[in-house]
Amino acid sequence: MLTIHFKLVEAMIAQAKQDHPIETCGVIAGVEGSNLPLRFIPMINAAASETFFEFAPKQHLQVWRKMDENDEEPVVLYHSHTDSQAYPSRSDIELATEPQAHYVIIPTNPKYGDEIRSFRIVNGTVTEERVQVVNEYKSLEQPIIENGALAAAEAV
Amino acid sequence: MSITVNIPTILRPLTQDQKRVEATGSKVSEIIEQLEQQYAGIKEKVMADDQVHRFINIYVNDDDIRFTEGLETAVKAGDSITILPSVAGG
Ligand SMILES: [Zn+2]
Repeated sequence: MLTIHFKLVEAMIAQAKQDHPIETCGVIAGVEGSNLPLRFIPMINAAASETFFEFAPKQHLQVWRKMDENDEEPVVLYHSHTDSQAYPSRSDIELATEPQAHYVIIPTNPKYGDEIRSFRIVNGTVTEERVQVVNEYKSLEQPIIENGALAAAEAV
Repeated sequence: MSITVNIPTILRPLTQDQKRVEATGSKVSEIIEQLEQQYAGIKEKVMADDQVHRFINIYVNDDDIRFTEGLETAVKAGDSITILPSVAGG
């Protein structure tokens, strides 16, 4: 199950709507092993495509180094589907490389509903999981959505 | 002194869960060969037919080897190599 703060869900949906019809993408980092998504990091889709996404390589390297320094890991890896159901595509499955991550898909065509869905993707096997959206975390840590995070991502 | 190689999550089962390993060599291809000797299975995850897989990125320090000399890119003691699979999909 993915337990996630509503502010993070709102941020993902806002970014996905803003980027539509291009696929949006990003990561929510959390402390290693905590399974708690905290730090919201919108990413640039280097593919700039309606049917594909790829984290911009330079930004990807920077963000991964920062997570490494902070003893964080990607807890959520999210992207949008702009004209298909919110279920992992063949390439989503083939290219998944973070077995501990929750792969979240945001549909941006209302035809496919408006609920985000979450999956584990391990060795080519997809398992859907329940998403529990909470108003606050029980731990002391709270989500961080840096001011202008979306604008900053555009500028890199 | 050797070269530090940052190992991505997906390859850590091959490196006994180590995030960083050490290797020696004078170019990226030699480093990969040496990793393969120590941690069998790494090479085929990273490359095939003398080419790095399309969705694997390799950096020497901050430089993507696609924009330098590819697998022939020179490395020296103290450099760090980062292997980073693309986060991508459809
Ligand atoms: Zn997808």
